[in-house]
Amino acid sequence: MTTPASPAAAQPASDAVKQAALNAVNRYAGQKGNLLPVLHDIQHALGYIPDDAVPVLSEALQLSRAEIHGVITFYPHFHSKPMAPTVLEMCRAESCQAMGANNLIDHARQKLGCDFHETSQNGQVSLEPVYCLGLCAQSPAVMVNGQPHARVTPAKLDKLLGEGA
Amino acid sequence: MTNITFYVPQDAAALAVGANDVVTAIQAEAKKRQLMVNIIRNGSRGMLWLETLVEVVTPEGRVAYGPVEADDVPGLFDAGWHEGKPEHSLYHGLTEDIPYLKKQQRLTFARVGIINPLSLEDYQAHGGYEGLKKALSMAPEKIVEEVTESGLRGRGGAAFPTGIKWNTVLKAQADQKYIACNADEGDSGTFSDRMVMEGDPFTLIEGMTIAGVAVGATYGYIYLRSEYPQAADVLNKAIAIARETGWLGNDIQGSGHAFDLEVRIGAGAYICGEETSMLDSLEGKRGQVRYKPPLPALKGLFGKPTVINNVISLASVPIILAKGGAYYRDFGMGRSKGTLPFQLAGNLKQGGLVELAFGITLRELLYDFGGGSASGRPLRAVQVGGPLGAYLPESQWDIPLDYESYMKVNAMVGHGGIVAFDDTVDMAHMAEYAMEFCAVESCGKCTPCRIGAVRGTEVIQKIRQDHQREQQVHLLRDLCDTMLSGSLCALGGMTPYPVLSALEHFPQDFGLEAAPAASQA
Ligand SMILES: Cc1cc2nc3c(=O)[nH]c(=O)nc-3n(C[C@H](O)[C@H](O)[C@H](O)COP(=O)(O)O)c2cc1C
Ligand code: SF4
Ligand code: FES
Repeated sequence: MTTPASPAAAQPASDAVKQAALNAVNRYAGQKGNLLPVLHDIQHALGYIPDDAVPVLSEALQLSRAEIHGVITFYPHFHSKPMAPTVLEMCRAESCQAMGANNLIDHARQKLGCDFHETSQNGQVSLEPVYCLGLCAQSPAVMVNGQPHARVTPAKLDKLLGEGA
Repeated sequence: MTNITFYVPQDAAALAVGANDVVTAIQAEAKKRQLMVNIIRNGSRGMLWLETLVEVVTPEGRVAYGPVEADDVPGLFDAGWHEGKPEHSLYHGLTEDIPYLKKQQRLTFARVGIINPLSLEDYQAHGGYEGLKKALSMAPEKIVEEVTESGLRGRGGAAFPTGIKWNTVLKAQADQKYIACNADEGDSGTFSDRMVMEGDPFTLIEGMTIAGVAVGATYGYIYLRSEYPQAADVLNKAIAIARETGWLGNDIQGSGHAFDLEVRIGAGAYICGEETSMLDSLEGKRGQVRYKPPLPALKGLFGKPTVINNVISLASVPIILAKGGAYYRDFGMGRSKGTLPFQLAGNLKQGGLVELAFGITLRELLYDFGGGSASGRPLRAVQVGGPLGAYLPESQWDIPLDYESYMKVNAMVGHGGIVAFDDTVDMAHMAEYAMEFCAVESCGKCTPCRIGAVRGTEVIQKIRQDHQREQQVHLLRDLCDTMLSGSLCALGGMTPYPVLSALEHFPQDFGLEAAPAASQA
């Protein structure tokens, strides 16, 4: 996994980040306590919330950087680093465990060559844990890029990743 | 040529097993056969092992086929499903006559799966907005009285009487009050909030509006977990429709009452389901639990008096107003009034949503509705009430499901989620998972939970590896004691329930003798 980019390459990205942050602030201007919607908006636009966005938000929303950083890191849904093109969220909670989720998760770990909160060796899939997707009557369940899938078997998972990765 | 009407659910549970592919297949096959079809996307009927459950409208009523996969569609047409014919193996007859559905008492879920969730016309044709119309002609005190009379208790877990909470907010003096709907539904084994939001969103909007009119709140928030993008989409569309048609806004149906609301999306933190943590999250902060008092009813969102209720609590209000508190109260038993949408999950053949009056037993739900285990092996342990609920062994499956009876055995009904495990489960592993979950999700405000859950996970690991087992068990009980009595909220305060119930009822899994003396602690 290589992430370090040259400062020159980071420069234009920073403009895009600034723009995305300001767009988000404008979209939710006037709504009380709007930090979460703003962060969702930025993540939606850029795929993650770059560190560069924090000072922009700090100034626009009159909040300290520490406060914004604290919020971003508190919530598992927000990412400060880019995610792979395919985000695979696997349910770890009780109902899915009762239907073999632990085996399914082991299968995914092996296939992707990575653990939770990591990216697969080929860089195509980010593996994230979730604690219930509300599909518990059809366990085990996963989400692939926001699309729900239930009654998932290892074979079905391979097929899903084959298409998405 | 006549139009054939199909219902294909758009509920996430149906999407998750390919409902959109089924729709595409029906359209393609109908075109091939030169048939005119009209496909309505409804909510789910809640018979989730049958999803995708497709219904065909016939003169006799709606006929069910399921579970349908896209590949089945040509064969279903060959068998004449578009005329409701019984020849296909996926045929189940009239939907309403399927015993699973027929035996239920659907009040809150009366419309779910039946109507088009985004058709206001459908909604009103099935009794929608009757409750609010009544409420608009009543004094606020009378509305609150009706809810109190119904005996409704919070369905989010704590079971606090809804009418009493509303009364506190009604009496509070303030320039602004809020309604905050808790749609964080973080408990494993639960999906009733999701199903009502996706299948009948106007019910929740109506319930919140009634709450607003009752207590004098003009603005509401639905705090929805980020794991439910489909529900967010349906709710936002429904809210837009309600605004356009004057069911939300500055002057609801010319009554002079104002109420509007918005959906706020959470970000994957279980603790934000705890009400004060949810308030902080709504204010744009880290979701940390607040000390009480002050009560949120007096000083809640942005420091203003706030009604916080679960989705099912609020979605039950319209029928209470429409039919009267007494009607609702006459379901149920003891101090558990009305119905609860139980959610059958885990290792069950027939998982799904079963709305019934309180008082049914777990055994009836597991076997008469659930059909026993999905694996075909004997059932062994059942967790009721989410990740903070106890594990019940078979000896406790005949206790009536009502709040008080469950409390007597250190268990809780909670949000009505029921997760069944067969005999391959390792209960020491589940206990370890319960502690680990608490450690992952702790908001970090108090020590018994923040540190205790990490230590608890280690201690259970040691027990499982037989490192000084006896001493570690002793330590685990001590630790649970500290968490039970020293935690600020129920995350740390109730994690001991699944842990201790596993230890009490399944000591063999911890490598302990099933000694009767040890289980009396
Ligand atoms: C850790 C924790 C998580 C909770 N999660 C939820 C939840 O997801 N949804 C919910 O409605 N209530 C949840 N609750 C209960 C709420 O704190 C609160 O009691 C409830 O929203 C009040 O609404 P009700 O009276 O209608 O049940 C949770 C409580 C705790 C301690
Ligand atoms: S018990 Fe846990 S989640 Fe609750 S306030 Fe304490 S640290 Fe936070
Ligand atoms: S426990 Fe996995 S979807 Fe609910």
